[in-house]
Amino acid sequence: MIGFGSVRWIKIAILCAILAVLPFVVDATLGRAWVRIIDVALLFVMLALGLNIVVGFAGLLDLGYIAFFAVGAYAYALLASPQFGIHGSFLLLLPLGALVAAVFGVVLGAPTLKLRGDYLAIVTLGFGEIIRIFLNNLNRPVNITNGPQGITLIDPLQFAGISLSKTYTLGPLTFAPVHNYYFVFLLCAAAAIFLSLRLENSRIGRAWIAIREDELAASAMGINTRNVKLLAFAMGATFGGIAGGLFASFQGFISPESFTLLDSIMVLCMVVLGGMGNVGGVVLGALLLTALPEALRYIGPLQQQWLGRVFIDPSDLRMLLFGLALALMMLFRPAGLWPSRIRQRELVPEIPIAGR
Amino acid sequence: MDIFVQQLVNGLLLGSIYALVALGYTMVYGILGLINFAHGDIVMVGALVALSVVYAFAGSALPVAVVLIIATMAATVVCVALGLIIERGAYRPLRRAPRLAPLITAIGVSILLQYSAALVWGKQYIAMPEIVKPARYELAGATITSTQAFIFMLACAIMAALLWFVKASRMGRAMRATEQNPDVAGLMGVDTTRVIAFTFGLGASIGAIAGVMVVLYYGQGHYFMGFMLGLKAFTAAVLGGIGNIPGAMLGGLLLGIIESLASGYIGDFTGGVFGSNYRDVFAFLVLVGVLMLRPSGLMGVRSGDRA
Repeated sequence: MIGFGSVRWIKIAILCAILAVLPFVVDATLGRAWVRIIDVALLFVMLALGLNIVVGFAGLLDLGYIAFFAVGAYAYALLASPQFGIHGSFLLLLPLGALVAAVFGVVLGAPTLKLRGDYLAIVTLGFGEIIRIFLNNLNRPVNITNGPQGITLIDPLQFAGISLSKTYTLGPLTFAPVHNYYFVFLLCAAAAIFLSLRLENSRIGRAWIAIREDELAASAMGINTRNVKLLAFAMGATFGGIAGGLFASFQGFISPESFTLLDSIMVLCMVVLGGMGNVGGVVLGALLLTALPEALRYIGPLQQQWLGRVFIDPSDLRMLLFGLALALMMLFRPAGLWPSRIRQRELVPEIPIAGR
Repeated sequence: MDIFVQQLVNGLLLGSIYALVALGYTMVYGILGLINFAHGDIVMVGALVALSVVYAFAGSALPVAVVLIIATMAATVVCVALGLIIERGAYRPLRRAPRLAPLITAIGVSILLQYSAALVWGKQYIAMPEIVKPARYELAGATITSTQAFIFMLACAIMAALLWFVKASRMGRAMRATEQNPDVAGLMGVDTTRVIAFTFGLGASIGAIAGVMVVLYYGQGHYFMGFMLGLKAFTAAVLGGIGNIPGAMLGGLLLGIIESLASGYIGDFTGGVFGSNYRDVFAFLVLVGVLMLRPSGLMGVRSGDRA
């Protein structure tokens, strides 16, 4: 699989060079807002890769994935903001957020793992909403989450006197906060991609795929299906938790409104659209679907111009498209835009479909 | 004590609505083994259609009962059509596909319905015009309105009719046969495709009536109302034993009572730390509890159906 041909290294070097200059080129051509969009896209790459472990590798449908993102974000925000007057280091808080998210993942997955996967879907769906109810209401009698107002003034990532929320100049280059975060997020996303690729071909990854394909056969082959499924859940939640911490530090402000069902659906859409189980496809899906709302933004004024008034709000249109995409993808291209080879074999039925 | 009786009455009422919605989940799950996520949203569409009809007739001289009957019929027609279209378009092609595919399709259809409704009816809460002026009765210390009494009795009548239908009618027998084994039922001459479509239609029509009841009960409708309602109804179905029709009824009533009592007393028990704003949490706790302790539900049969 991994060759050490020099061509491969040259390709990697070129890719790194492109990614290194990308924010500056985008900044100069499209404007700083687009650098920010790329930052968010990288966060979603991490999130989608985390969900891909659960849905793509292990074949368990998680409909409340954003809850782990929320847990990570709040873990960071509470311990690095004036909310409690604690200002922890991110070196400690990011792993902590990941750990807390993983614990939530295990606690949530445990009751359903003996049952059919459908139950997991509904439990996670419920959990995604419940966590928001708690975040919204835990401002009384003791103010923990500050309720619907959310937590503000969250510390940026800072290390050895360098704060990512400050602007630095290095020769001709200006490193605005969005640039700083770009490089951190790029590093994290690259780590997530690398981890996902390595996991896929590892003993655990193969166990996940075996469970996805046929749980009974997998357990007959000596796989402890319960533990391996829990591990998938914990691992997916970990990705979400870390992405959440990064999100909190990047935004400086979080509120329960950032973690709704629709966000869970969006991440699921990224995984499904790109190609469940295929790391490249998932990354593609995440990038595409982060850019989509920006493209849809032009729809509002266009309607105004052509039809005289705004008939459909761009954000509603986005959700309509997501719903349509989920259903249509499953009907016509179940393995995604960029399918994984094994997954394609599984999701495209060999038996001719009855009842047409 | 009065509060207890009142909460019990409220719970029974709410529970009877949950039970009706839960029937839609449990019948489809029993036959196809599919969680039809879109069912809650079908109920929502029914509720909003009924509201629109009531608004259209609000100024007319027609008696209230006639308006409500027209509204219910309109909601039923729309919901049954929706249910059949969804079954035909989204689920039937995936009947032999791996389990994950119809689940993802179902959630997609659910989102699609929600935002189509937002497009048609807008995102604000739609209040029910005050055409119904119910009488109030005192019942063992609890107050109950005539509307509420009517909702409860109608729900019970529908459930009784459904039980009879599934047990005694030819179609009901075909439904039970398909549930036990679709392939063998097909060999015995049951048109399983038709039976499945019929089940969707039946679930949707009961859902439509439940939607009208929700509107009457809460006095308002909203494009997102199907989500929590669906989640709770599914919990009710699991509590009773999914796939089991009497189970869904029992589960619905129990869940309504649990929710009502819990949210009524949580403030007292926790010294005001938690309030009734946590009411939606209880259904979820019940769901997790049932899945951990007795996944087959109260009336379900333990099955070896795992993977």
